[in-house]
Amino acid sequence: MTWNTLFIMRHEVLLTLLIMYELLADLSDETNRTRMVNVTIAGFFLYMLAGFVPSENAALFGGMYVNDELRVLLKNILSVSTFIVLLQSSGWAKSPIHQGRAGAFYLTLLSTLMGMFFMISAGDFLMLYLGLELATLPLALLASFDKEFRRSAEAGAKLLMSSAVSSAVLLFGLSLMYGIYGTLQMEDIAQMNLNSDIHTIAIIFFISGLGFKLSLVPFHLWTADVYEGSPLPVTTYFSVVSKGAALFTLMLVLYRVFRYQPEEWRMPLYTLSVLTMVVGNLFALRQKNMKRFLAFSSITQAGFMLLGFMNFGRIGMTTIVYFMLIYGLSNLAVFGVLSIIVRATGKESMDDLNGFYSTNPRLGLVMLLSLFSLAGIPPVAGFFGKFFLFTAAASAGMYILVFIAVLNATISLYYYLLVVKAMFINKNETPIPSIQSTFYEKLAIGICLTGILAIGFVSQLYEYIQGLM
Amino acid sequence: MNPLLLLILIPALTMAGIMLAGDVKQARVISAVGMSAQLLFSFVLLYWFYQLRQSGNTDEMVFVSTTVWYPSLNIQLKFGIDGISMSMIMLTSIVTFAGVFVSWQVEYLTKEFFISLILLATGVFGFFISLDLFTMFLFYEVAVIPMYLLIGIWGSGPKEYSAMKLTLMLMGGSALLLVGLLGIYFNSAANGGPLTFDLMQIAKNGLPREAQMFFFPFTFIGFGILGALFPFHTWSPDGHASAPTAVSMLHAGVLMKLGGYGCFRVAMYLMPEAAHAMAWFFIILTTVSVVYGAFGAIWQKDLKYINAYSSVSHCGLVLFALLMMNETATTGALLQMISHGLMTALFFALIGMIYGRTHTRMIDEMGGLMKVIPFVSVLYVFAGLASLGLPGLSGFVAEMTIFVGSFQNVDTFHRVATIVACSSIVITAVYILRVVGILLLGPVRNNHYLELKDAMWFEKLGGVTLLVSIMIIGIAPLWLSNLLREPLAAMLNQLTN
Repeated sequence: MTWNTLFIMRHEVLLTLLIMYELLADLSDETNRTRMVNVTIAGFFLYMLAGFVPSENAALFGGMYVNDELRVLLKNILSVSTFIVLLQSSGWAKSPIHQGRAGAFYLTLLSTLMGMFFMISAGDFLMLYLGLELATLPLALLASFDKEFRRSAEAGAKLLMSSAVSSAVLLFGLSLMYGIYGTLQMEDIAQMNLNSDIHTIAIIFFISGLGFKLSLVPFHLWTADVYEGSPLPVTTYFSVVSKGAALFTLMLVLYRVFRYQPEEWRMPLYTLSVLTMVVGNLFALRQKNMKRFLAFSSITQAGFMLLGFMNFGRIGMTTIVYFMLIYGLSNLAVFGVLSIIVRATGKESMDDLNGFYSTNPRLGLVMLLSLFSLAGIPPVAGFFGKFFLFTAAASAGMYILVFIAVLNATISLYYYLLVVKAMFINKNETPIPSIQSTFYEKLAIGICLTGILAIGFVSQLYEYIQGLM
Repeated sequence: MNPLLLLILIPALTMAGIMLAGDVKQARVISAVGMSAQLLFSFVLLYWFYQLRQSGNTDEMVFVSTTVWYPSLNIQLKFGIDGISMSMIMLTSIVTFAGVFVSWQVEYLTKEFFISLILLATGVFGFFISLDLFTMFLFYEVAVIPMYLLIGIWGSGPKEYSAMKLTLMLMGGSALLLVGLLGIYFNSAANGGPLTFDLMQIAKNGLPREAQMFFFPFTFIGFGILGALFPFHTWSPDGHASAPTAVSMLHAGVLMKLGGYGCFRVAMYLMPEAAHAMAWFFIILTTVSVVYGAFGAIWQKDLKYINAYSSVSHCGLVLFALLMMNETATTGALLQMISHGLMTALFFALIGMIYGRTHTRMIDEMGGLMKVIPFVSVLYVFAGLASLGLPGLSGFVAEMTIFVGSFQNVDTFHRVATIVACSSIVITAVYILRVVGILLLGPVRNNHYLELKDAMWFEKLGGVTLLVSIMIIGIAPLWLSNLLREPLAAMLNQLTN
C-alpha cells in the first residue's frame, strides 16, 4: 500500500473521508444543520474535482480492484450526477422535518455511491456482488427516509424485497458461472472463452439481476411505486445515479468479460429492449403524477439504452456512455425544476403544472428544453444521444429494432409534450406562484442546462469517450 | 466564413435580439428588421450566385464549405447550394418576411411567438443549405418541433388536438426517415472507403440495389408525409386550420416543400434504381392526392380547410411530377413548389386578415366582402386565379410545364395517370370560383361588416410582396426555370442512368 495506491483509489478514499465527516458531524449540536449541508456540498465538490485528476491504470489487491481511464470517467459521471442531486436536495435536507437527520441522509447516500464505485471497479465477480449489496441495501433506507409518510415506508419495503430477489437471481447466475469456469476472476473468465447452454443461462440470470436495478421490463414492477413513495431527492438519485451504475456495470461485464460470446447476450437484450420500450411507453401515457410519470419515462429510456449493446465494438460502448451522460443531465434538469416546485408548494401532479409558464417563465423554459432533450429533439443534446444509439444498432444491421425504437421515441414525444402542454398551453386560474430558487438550485440547473445545450455541439466529448474504449 | 452560414446566423441573432427586447413593440420591430435583412441577404446571395455562374463556374454545388464535426462517424458540417436550393431559399425568405408582417398584431406572448416562428424558419434555411444527411435531418426536426408550440399556444379551434396530431405524424415521418438515412449511411461505402453522410459523395459512390429497394420506401414516405402524401396527409387540414396565420403560411408555403425537396434530393437522387422500380406505386398515391385533395376542397365550408385541401392537391402534384422523372416535368415540379409556396402563403395571409375582421371563416356566413374590404378581396381574387392556373400568374407556368412533361411519358399507365391528374385543374376552378362568388361578390350579408376596415399597412406590405413575386414568376418565368434546369440536368442524369 503506497501513496500511489491511495491515489489510484482516490474516489473511494476521499468518499470514505466524507462519510467519516458525516458520522462525526451528526454528533454536534442540531442548530448546525445549515452548516452541515454547506460543508457536505463543498466537500463533495472538492472530492469531485479530485476525481478529474488523471491517474494511471492499475489492478490492485490481486486483481480484485481495477481502475483505468474509462472507469474513472464512469465514476466521474456518477459523481457529477450525485453532486447535482446534493445541490437539489439542499432545501429538502435543511427543512425542519429532517432536523438532526441530514447526516444520516448523506451517510447512506454516499455509502451507496461507494458501493457503485466498487461495482464499476470490480475485477472479480465477488467484488461486484459486494459492491452491489452496498449500493442497494442503503437505498431501501433512503427510500423510506420520510418514514412518517406511509408511502415512503412502503417504498422502502418494496425496494428491499425486490432487491433481495434480484440479488438472489444475480447470485444464481454467478454461481453457475463459478461452476463453469472454476473462478470468479473476470480476466481469467474472459480468457477462457467457453460456450455452452448453461453459460447462456448464467448470462441471462446475470442480466436479469442487473435488469432489476436498471428497471427493465419485466423486472420493473417496483419502479413506479418506489419512485412515487420515495422523497424526491432519492427518486432523482434512483433514476440517474443508481440506474447509471447498473448500466455501466452491465456494459463493463458484457463488453469486457463476455466479449468473445456476444451472440449469447445480444438476443436477450434485443427482447428486453423491445419489451422495455413498449411497456414503459404504454404505462407512461396515462400517468398524472409527475414522479410516476418520470418513473415510466425512465423505464422507456432504459429500453433505448439497450440499443447500444447491439454493436459489439467501440461504437456500442461509446454510445451507451454518451447517452447515459445526456439522459442523466436531462433527467436531473427535469427533477431539478420539479424539486423546486415541490419544495415551494408540495405539488407533484401534472395538472398542477397548468399555466406554469405564465408565472415561472425561466423554470418553464428549462423544463421545456430538458423534456425535449429526453424526447430526442434537436438542437438539444438528447437528439445526438438518441441518434448515435440508433446508429450503433443500425451498424449491426438491426433496422427493424431501430424502427421500433424510433416509433417508440415518437410515442414518448406525446407524453413529454403533455407536460409541455400543461405548462405552456393549458389555462389555470390558480397557477403555481412565482418561485424564488436558491443559489444551490440555480447552480444545479445551470450545470444541467449547460450540458444539455453544449454536449451535442462539442463533438470532442464523444471522440474522447470513444478514445477510452 | 461561408456566406451561407449567414442564413442561419441572421435568424439566430434576431432571436437573441427578441429575447432581449424590452416590450412587444421592440420585439416586433426586431423581427421585422431581422427578416428584412434575411430577405435582402437572399437577394445578394442570388446575385452572387448568378455572378459565379456567369464567370463560368459550372460546379454542381457552389459556396461549398466542409468542416468535420464528428470525425469517428464522419459527420460533416457541409453546406452548399445549387439553383434548386437557391430558389427554395428565396421562397423561404419571402414567405418568412411576409409572415412576420402579417403577424404584426399578435398580442399574447409576442416575444415567444416571434422566436418560435423564426426558429422554424431557421430550421428550413438550414435544411436547404445542408449537404450532409445528418445536419439535414437535424434541421428538419428543428423546423418541425416549434409547430407544436405555435399551433398549441396561438392557434384557434381544436388547437391542442391539431397540434399534437401534426407533431406526432410528422415525427412519425421522421422516424421512417431516420431508418432510411441510417440505411443509406451504412451502405454508402459499398465499394470501399469510409462511411459517409455526405450527399454528393453518396451519389458518386452509388448504393447497392438491395439496399435501395429496402430503404427507398422509408425515405420517400418519410419525406412524403411532410409533403402531404396520401394517405398520410390527414395532419395537414387540421393543422392548417388551427394554426395562426403566419404559421399556416410558413407551413404550407415552405415546410411542405421540405417534403418534396427531400423526396427528390435524398430519396430519388441517391436511390435512382429503386425510384424507377417503385415509381408506379407512388404515382398512384400522388394521383389520388391530387384528385382527392381537390374534391376535398369542394366540400369544405371553412376557408382554411378549403385551402388546406387545395394544398394537399397541389403538393401531390409536386410529387407526381417529380416521379415522372423527365426534365420538363421535374422543372415543373420545382416551379410548382415555388408557385404554390407563394400563393398558398398569400391565401393564408388573406384568410387571416378576413378572419381577424369578421371573426368567422365559414364562407356561408360572409358575402359581399369586395364592397367592404376591397384591397383584401382583390388580392384574394388574384391568389385564386393563380391557384387555378390563369396565364400571367405563376400557377399557370408551373402546371403547364408539369402536364406537358408528364405527357412525354408515352406508356398507358403514365398517360392515364396524367389525364386523371389533369382533371384537378377543372375541380380547382370549381372550388376557387365558388368561394370567390359566395365570399366576395353578392350582397353584404351582415350589416355589422359595413364598418370593417381594409388592410393595414403591414398587411398590405406582406400581401403585396407575395403578389408581386407571383406575378414576376408568371410574367417572366424563364430566369427561374433556367436557374432550376441547370442542376436538374445533372440530377436527372443520375436518375436516368
